[in-house]
Amino acid sequence: MPGTILDDIEIIDAGHGGGTGTPAGGDDDSGSPGRRRPIPRRAYFTALQLGFAAILMFFMALASSYIVRKGLGTDWQRMPMPRVVWFNTAVLLASSITIIVARKKLEGGAREAFQSWWMVTTGLGLLFLAGQIIAWRQLAAAGMLLSTNPSSSFFYLLTAAHGTHLAGGILALLYVMFRQWKRSRISQSTAAELAAIYWHFMDGLWIFLLVLLTLGR
Amino acid sequence: MVTHENGGGHAHQHQAPTGFIRKYVFSIDHKVIGIQYLCLALFSVFVGMALSALMRLHLAWPTTSWFFFKGGMMTPEQYLALMTMHGTIMVFMVLTTAPQSGFGNYFLPIQIGAADMAFPVLNMLSFWTTLVSLLVMFAAFFVAGGAPIGGWTSYPPLSALGEMAGPGQGAGETLWIVGLAIFCGASLMGALNFITTLIDLRAKGMTLGRLPLTCWTWFVTAILGLLAFGVLLAACILLLLDRVAGTSFFVPGGLVITDQVVTWHKGGSPLLWQHLFWFFGHPEVYIAILPGMGVASHLLSTFSRKPVFGYRAMVGAICGIGFLGFCVWGHHMFISGMSPYSAFAFSILTMTIGVPSAIKTFNWLGTLWGGKIQFNCAMLFALGFVSLFVSGGLSGLFLAQPSLDLYLHDGYFVVAHFHLIMGVAAIFGMFAGTYFWFPKMFGRFLGEGIGKVHFWLTFVGVYCIFMPMHFLGLAGHPRRYFDTTAVAFLQKLQPVHVFISIAAFITITAQFLFLFNFLWSLKFGKEAKEENPWHATTLEWSIPSPPPFDNFGGVEPVVYHGPYEFSVPGAADDYIPQHLAPNLVRKA
Repeated sequence: MPGTILDDIEIIDAGHGGGTGTPAGGDDDSGSPGRRRPIPRRAYFTALQLGFAAILMFFMALASSYIVRKGLGTDWQRMPMPRVVWFNTAVLLASSITIIVARKKLEGGAREAFQSWWMVTTGLGLLFLAGQIIAWRQLAAAGMLLSTNPSSSFFYLLTAAHGTHLAGGILALLYVMFRQWKRSRISQSTAAELAAIYWHFMDGLWIFLLVLLTLGR
Repeated sequence: MVTHENGGGHAHQHQAPTGFIRKYVFSIDHKVIGIQYLCLALFSVFVGMALSALMRLHLAWPTTSWFFFKGGMMTPEQYLALMTMHGTIMVFMVLTTAPQSGFGNYFLPIQIGAADMAFPVLNMLSFWTTLVSLLVMFAAFFVAGGAPIGGWTSYPPLSALGEMAGPGQGAGETLWIVGLAIFCGASLMGALNFITTLIDLRAKGMTLGRLPLTCWTWFVTAILGLLAFGVLLAACILLLLDRVAGTSFFVPGGLVITDQVVTWHKGGSPLLWQHLFWFFGHPEVYIAILPGMGVASHLLSTFSRKPVFGYRAMVGAICGIGFLGFCVWGHHMFISGMSPYSAFAFSILTMTIGVPSAIKTFNWLGTLWGGKIQFNCAMLFALGFVSLFVSGGLSGLFLAQPSLDLYLHDGYFVVAHFHLIMGVAAIFGMFAGTYFWFPKMFGRFLGEGIGKVHFWLTFVGVYCIFMPMHFLGLAGHPRRYFDTTAVAFLQKLQPVHVFISIAAFITITAQFLFLFNFLWSLKFGKEAKEENPWHATTLEWSIPSPPPFDNFGGVEPVVYHGPYEFSVPGAADDYIPQHLAPNLVRKA
């Protein structure tokens, strides 16, 4: 850089490098009145992916603790897996399918069908959470409480942590459904896409945890 | 105001909020939030310093009675509580918040040409969450049993057992863990916002190769925060469950604590906590120091009127340090009984960090070489940063060797090492940033004369405090000891403690010069009439001081130049601002 000569200075073409000036996708409200600033649509997707990275690190820390604690201790007891967990898993997988259908309906302009499928997804999410609570009760009935053994401690902890994140997803689904989208910075379809990606992520995360808890118990 | 010759940027001005609450308290303006973070850190640093003053008072004159202690004497538990809270407050509320969340919040959006952070409301939330975590942690001082005594690392099993392990291990420790968990949440929100902003909100022409090095360090620091704080959060939850729910993640069986056999826990592994904590803890060191490196690079270039030497190598070094920071946590655990092969691997990886660190140091020297150096306060603190970074970094190479660490671990050598590199060097980065950006933030200069007195007292002072600690450590002085009079060989070292304490009191007093300078200059400082008084190149100097609500007045800036185009051959001025269109650059 010390040798930069003025005539050689790079000419900037629009869209080169950083922000392109106008947000991609045209999903902002820069034309509408009000003091809200437009945010490029892609920023929401970037943030979502970064959120996944943070959530993954959190769960990976717990998963490694699970493996290390099992390997180091001599007190590990095999945990009876509550049977309702398999039903819950099926419910969650089904919800991932219904959310895909709902988004297709929204894109196709079928608003009422979208709303019904979206509510079905929300209902399945709530059913999953209720099922997890039943799983806790089954486990407790079998004498495995939070502090009984590290195997049950981790089961309660991991399911609670996943459930909390899924509950966040349910709030997001309700938000997409009931918010007034006319004056917002992003469209309902973008919000629905973001919520759906998060929902699939929670689904995948649960499968990972289930494999860990089943094979590792 | 300099007009941005971009031709294409469409103007859409955004109105600033008018009410006091929306403008200054629950503000979503990144600049106000940055200042809020800086105020939080300023408050915390004075509290942290007061705690260390009490510790130094006791260490130098252990048998003297003081009126402010109940019964005239400090108790061992009080000493440990002071030490724990000093470490915690300094690491989390000062070193993590000020350089990144404070200066980063204020200047990252402006330096990349954005009107605000990507998610302003999230930004506001992360500040208020940080404040809640501070309040929860400070509440530990006022509960029964007092503040926690487990050190800032809070090692189990003692930290997991509650009150039976000591007074501060009761409610105080619980508050500490909860406060820290809340802080993790706040930091994650902040990190996510920083990274998204930098990736998606850069102005036209602001390619990655044109980012100021400050932005590069804020970016990499945010990535470290995003990946590290989730792990600490997980660790905090496990520790909290061990304490309140009777689980046994970290507590092994058969412990005898204060004549009581622990029967309600068994099988846990205290080392598991150390792995989790240090997997976060080591990146945390770089979270504290990286922004200081960015500021130092930025200022050395600006005030020697030369481009940063080896810009690409600097970026590579920043990324390299960030990556390696995740591979070396085991070097905090050399004495844990780990396999010598693991220790060997961690040792080699740790020493590898010397490579990017040396690249940075030599590039700083290369930047200075042959430059027209201006020795103002900002530059002095940047140079001080380089000095402290080298002094503190070299002892890291000693500690990176398992065979040496076996002896030096948990001694004053370690205290000297991390205070120099992580504590004081980072603080010097903040001081440099404050002297440099104060005119932009408040429209007035900090006093230069009083600033230089502050610099020299602080610079000489910190060396007088921490250099002798190396010798204490080499002589075998353990850290965290309350009573140094009861051990025969420590008694001979007592004069060193007296010297360190006197140096510490002088240095602490000098900080009030800074505080006075800061407050006085806010109102009476020399006015910064020009937008760009330092003749710097980056975008924050293209807008009025202090900047308007939406930074660029609704006009999106366009960037045409690299961040450090100083003394370009053929140009009339010795600097070319990043936003200046090529046809407007005056030729010599």
